[in-house]
Amino acid sequence: MVVFDKPKSLADVPLHYCPGCTHGIIHRLVAETIDELGIEGKTIGVAPVGCSVLAYNYFTCDMVEAAHGRAPAVATGLKRSDPDNHIVFTYQGDGDLASIGMAETVHAAARNENITIIFVNNAIYGMTGGQMAPTSLPGQVTQTSPYGRDTNHCGFPVKVSEMLSQLDGAGYIERVAVNNVKNVRNAKKAIKKAFQNQIDKKGFSLIEVVSTCPTNWGMTPEKALEWVEEKMIPYYPLGVYKDRDADSKAE
Amino acid sequence: MSEKVLMKGNEAIAEAAILAGCRHYFGYPITPQTEIAAYMAKKMPKIGGCFLQAESEVAAINMVYGVAGTGKRVMTSSSSPGISLKAEGLSYLAGSDLPSLVVNVQRGGPGLGGIQPSQSDYFQATKGGGHGDFKMIVLAPSSVQEMADLTIKGFDLAEKYRMTAMILADGTMGQMMEPVTLEAPSVNEYDKSWAVTGTKCDRKKNIINSLSLVPEELEKLNFARYERYKAIEENEVMYEEYMMEDAEICIAAFGIAARVAKNAINAARKEGIKAGLIRPITLWPFPNEVFKKAADKVESFISVELSMGQMIEDIRLASECKKPVYLCNRVGGMIPSPEMVLESIKAHYKGGTK
Repeated sequence: MVVFDKPKSLADVPLHYCPGCTHGIIHRLVAETIDELGIEGKTIGVAPVGCSVLAYNYFTCDMVEAAHGRAPAVATGLKRSDPDNHIVFTYQGDGDLASIGMAETVHAAARNENITIIFVNNAIYGMTGGQMAPTSLPGQVTQTSPYGRDTNHCGFPVKVSEMLSQLDGAGYIERVAVNNVKNVRNAKKAIKKAFQNQIDKKGFSLIEVVSTCPTNWGMTPEKALEWVEEKMIPYYPLGVYKDRDADSKAE
Repeated sequence: MSEKVLMKGNEAIAEAAILAGCRHYFGYPITPQTEIAAYMAKKMPKIGGCFLQAESEVAAINMVYGVAGTGKRVMTSSSSPGISLKAEGLSYLAGSDLPSLVVNVQRGGPGLGGIQPSQSDYFQATKGGGHGDFKMIVLAPSSVQEMADLTIKGFDLAEKYRMTAMILADGTMGQMMEPVTLEAPSVNEYDKSWAVTGTKCDRKKNIINSLSLVPEELEKLNFARYERYKAIEENEVMYEEYMMEDAEICIAAFGIAARVAKNAINAARKEGIKAGLIRPITLWPFPNEVFKKAADKVESFISVELSMGQMIEDIRLASECKKPVYLCNRVGGMIPSPEMVLESIKAHYKGGTK
């Protein structure tokens, strides 16, 4: 018998996210993972600045709200405080992680910091009302690229998973999406592995989750899911970009 | 270790921090304080502590924020330009009511400035140091011994009041060697029920947070924080008076400037000028009362500073502008000589108030 319940690690409060936003799904996958691994009592989550700034209200484990982009540095402190007993994850959006917090992200990966990062990439700044993100697609219309992202003027999107996979320190990097059932199931598997890696002291894991923003993309939730399939995934191909564990076994 | 050892000021800070139970240090290299990081790098791995060189000052202060959230003693150190980078983190530490110890071994500014001693971060340290309404406890050592003692004191005050304590030293204090006695202090236990260490599934979750979107609630938090600050102003003021009993002209100076001032005062006394010194040890809370009282006795004040005149404003406020306050200063890494301070005393001394 399959019982569909709310995970224990997700607080019984209404989420503030817009209709059709996939943050809710990703929160659920993280909470299910914490439940299944039985780590709620030792987990400390770090919330970012951005749409998921209030994530500290939604998870039932201990939570810390970080300054914009600094979550990996804060997580480093939380982890190093008691490496054997703290399971630490950050939950960050694309502006937070790939723009203002890029240095913290890269160096946490380079140090093989034994933390788990859930990186939600929806190609836009959601909370401030839809500005161009470091991951906005070429030609994408946003409030601060009203004529479409002109790559001659403001350059190209940052492919975080590809970039971090070049670092010797990064342990496990995978890009997933949550636009259909199959992808959600894969996303869950990746997130669970990223937490398991930390429990097993395998070092830095980052799961990039290609996500939606119907409100600021100016689309219905259904159309946004289609846009992920047609525009986002071709630019941000899904898959495992780095798995040191598997690589070393293969050798 | 209770015998006297010869140490650099920076090393004294590092050793004192370890004695005070600090086992986490995060920093980024910058002159003239890098000896602190070097000392920690050598010592921490041997005592089960954590030294980590951060990718930036910004990251270092946020690593401090992380450890502080777990209720453990943690510190970072830097020098002026690096402290500016830490300003964001200092504000978040204040907003989240987290204890931490931050050392600023000041150098000349603004901008990249120089690497020689300065006191020109006084405003930054005492008037907030970041966005929003907040204070830090600011301790100004004037000897290598005090570098150590105030570090120990700083950890205690930070935990007692759940805020940042800053050691505001300067390049001279950091680099000079003096004999120092170091002893492990008895560490006071404070409530840490707010810390995030994992709920162990036996308590409700804790949240370390400075976000408060409801204005009425954010206002309450600010008022409550300033109530705590008021208690600090009442209970934690520290200063030294030197030859103030019969003083007719009062020198005000902290850190290295106070040592220079003492020499000048001794010389002035030999020439029959009744000069004295008030040396604030806590720059915040500022020793207002002692200056207020002095204003009724002395004919004027001279603020000796390695800045363009920053503490002088607090002296004017504390003395309620009852007497003139003059400035005697060098900047850019220069230090006033005792002769220069003596000249200033002579220039402003009117021959006594009686």
